[in-house]
Amino acid sequence: MLEIKDLHAAVDGKEILKGLTLSVGAGEVHAIMGPNGSGKSTLSYVLAGRAGYEITGGSVRYKGEDLAALSADQRAAKGVFLAMQYPVEIPGVTTLTFLKTALNAQRRARGEADIDAVGVLRLVRAKAASLRVSEEMLKRALNVGFSGGEKKRLEILQMSLFEPSLAILDETDSGLDIDALKLVAGGVNALRSPERAMLVITHYQRLLDYIVPDRVHVLSGGRIIKEGGKELALELEAKGYAQIVKDAA
Amino acid sequence: MAAIETRDTVAALGEKYKYGFVTDIEMEKAPKGLSEDTVRYISAKKSEPDWMLEWRLGAYARWKEMTEPDWARVHYQKIDYQDSYYYAAPKNTPLKQSLDEVDPKLLETYAKEQMLLAGVAVDAVFDSVSVATTFKAKLEEAGVIFCPISEAIRDHADLVRKYLGTVVPVTDNFFATLNSAVFSDGTFVYVPKGVRCPMELSTYFRINASETGQFERTLIVADEGSYVSYLEGCTAPKRDENQLHAAVVELIALEGAEIKYSTVQNWYPGDENGVGGIYNFVTKRGDCRGARSKISWTQVETGSAITWKYPSCILRGDDSVGEFYSIAIANHFQQADTGTKMIHLGKNTRSRIVSKGISAGRAQNTYRGLVSVHPKAKNARNYTQCDSLLIGKECGAHTVPYIESRNPSARIEHEATTSKIAEDQLFYCLQRGIPQEEAVALIVNGFCKEVLQQLPMEFAVEAQKLVGISLEGSVG
Repeated sequence: MLEIKDLHAAVDGKEILKGLTLSVGAGEVHAIMGPNGSGKSTLSYVLAGRAGYEITGGSVRYKGEDLAALSADQRAAKGVFLAMQYPVEIPGVTTLTFLKTALNAQRRARGEADIDAVGVLRLVRAKAASLRVSEEMLKRALNVGFSGGEKKRLEILQMSLFEPSLAILDETDSGLDIDALKLVAGGVNALRSPERAMLVITHYQRLLDYIVPDRVHVLSGGRIIKEGGKELALELEAKGYAQIVKDAA
Repeated sequence: MAAIETRDTVAALGEKYKYGFVTDIEMEKAPKGLSEDTVRYISAKKSEPDWMLEWRLGAYARWKEMTEPDWARVHYQKIDYQDSYYYAAPKNTPLKQSLDEVDPKLLETYAKEQMLLAGVAVDAVFDSVSVATTFKAKLEEAGVIFCPISEAIRDHADLVRKYLGTVVPVTDNFFATLNSAVFSDGTFVYVPKGVRCPMELSTYFRINASETGQFERTLIVADEGSYVSYLEGCTAPKRDENQLHAAVVELIALEGAEIKYSTVQNWYPGDENGVGGIYNFVTKRGDCRGARSKISWTQVETGSAITWKYPSCILRGDDSVGEFYSIAIANHFQQADTGTKMIHLGKNTRSRIVSKGISAGRAQNTYRGLVSVHPKAKNARNYTQCDSLLIGKECGAHTVPYIESRNPSARIEHEATTSKIAEDQLFYCLQRGIPQEEAVALIVNGFCKEVLQQLPMEFAVEAQKLVGISLEGSVG
């Protein structure tokens, strides 16, 4: 599904990713853990195609296609989804309008017909209940005045609506209390499927108690310095990043 | 004949302004230039009574003594008023009672604009004449008069004489005085006492002929306890020269009456390099003459090379209410200097101003507004909100509020914000699969929502699309 080889990437001319190699197959859930400043968010933005995040070396292939050749919206239409750490507010645009606009834009890019407002509402309602996203939330402006938990639940709702092939979750646990975390993790787990790959980026092991990964990678200084199974997360929690980084050096 | 151009030739000149076509129709024009003879020519063409001709000549005499105002934040080459036509009319078009009788070519023009909506009464003004008014019989049943002003001057002279020029006096300002001398047509509406007008009324203005100014005149009178909602739409073909549009609109609301006036202005704005486009110098004013009357202006201004326009309310009656909701979009080299005046004369008068200015390209967008509370306007209230949105680095937004209060019990609030479309907002939309231009349109429509909500439903949808089209190519 996703093949990253010796990836180098720069922001404002400063190299952040320095030879990152990673392979995620369909149906797999991989966790990327790392200390602050290790390049976790940069990796997610590079994969999503954010302006200003420039690939300077190596390659990223998604379903065999060169990801760098696609614009951010084209990637989304082809099934790349990034659940953001800080979901953005758009005043005056209701959440439902936004969902409809995005869903139909993706469908149009794939040559599929638009779904009308009633159809979109029906789809959204079917997904919203289990994530406790209320009708009232759908009528409010996108993310405006939403609590941290509401914002994250809405990100997962979008993920379930767009049914991506590759889902990247950037610090989805940040700012969530334990109840909200369980709710969000439940939503993510419900979306695990043999056709879908997930990349779960997190600073803390806590999230991985609820979203149990197949593989764990430790990112430091823009490279993967250690890999292992789900038990690696527990080792990290016990030893701390400093020790792992030291061991790997 | 400059007016005879084929639509295909014009279409080939550019794609972006979709109303840029020219309708190929034979025109009758007054000789070029402005003189007493021009005024007499127009008056004679309209078979006007003597009092109307005298009124026009008086205005013309005053206009000759006046100088063009230069206080607005707009820049343009001096206009040569002798180098324009002041009257142009499709040949052989007496007024039609139904659209079925209208030249099919004209109908095609209006169909393109999608302005012919079911259940909306339309008066179509093509260059200088009104070519069709629909739903006349149904309106007559309710006692509503909705007709070209040229017809009202002949058939409803008492009403016209009673109200014409009472809100915007002949000598009000340079452009209004010019209009008073040479106005060619426009719309007259009278809603009798206690009548709620049974449908939306709409006038569609189009400048078609080249080198022609359009000077329409609209007069709306809502008698005691009545209600009317009126919408005007405007478009013009693409031309390399600048064309002048100097309209006057007067609204009069008597005791307990309400007038809702909406505008979707999409005159040709000029091309990406600032060549051509309409100069839109318009005087619009409403008079809340009776107690508890209400006048509400809603405008969506996306077109014109230059917009100079301040729809205002005189809150004369006690407890009267004035509202101004505005979206002004300026892209490329467009210049907009627009806003409102709320003149509080009566007790407990209230006004509300919501202005959304969007600037892109190298455009300059100015909000200019006056809130004036006179000594007798006890307990007057005003709330003003001015928001500016900038797209790109080379455009400008300016806010010039004037506030005068001569009554200590007045309460005036003014809020203003300036923001940019944030990169993270754009990225968020892109990541969810929304292409760039659609994302800009979505964010801008969100920014304008409070104003778009004020428009009648059918027009709100069109206006939303227009917002997107106007900003195409603004983010590179």
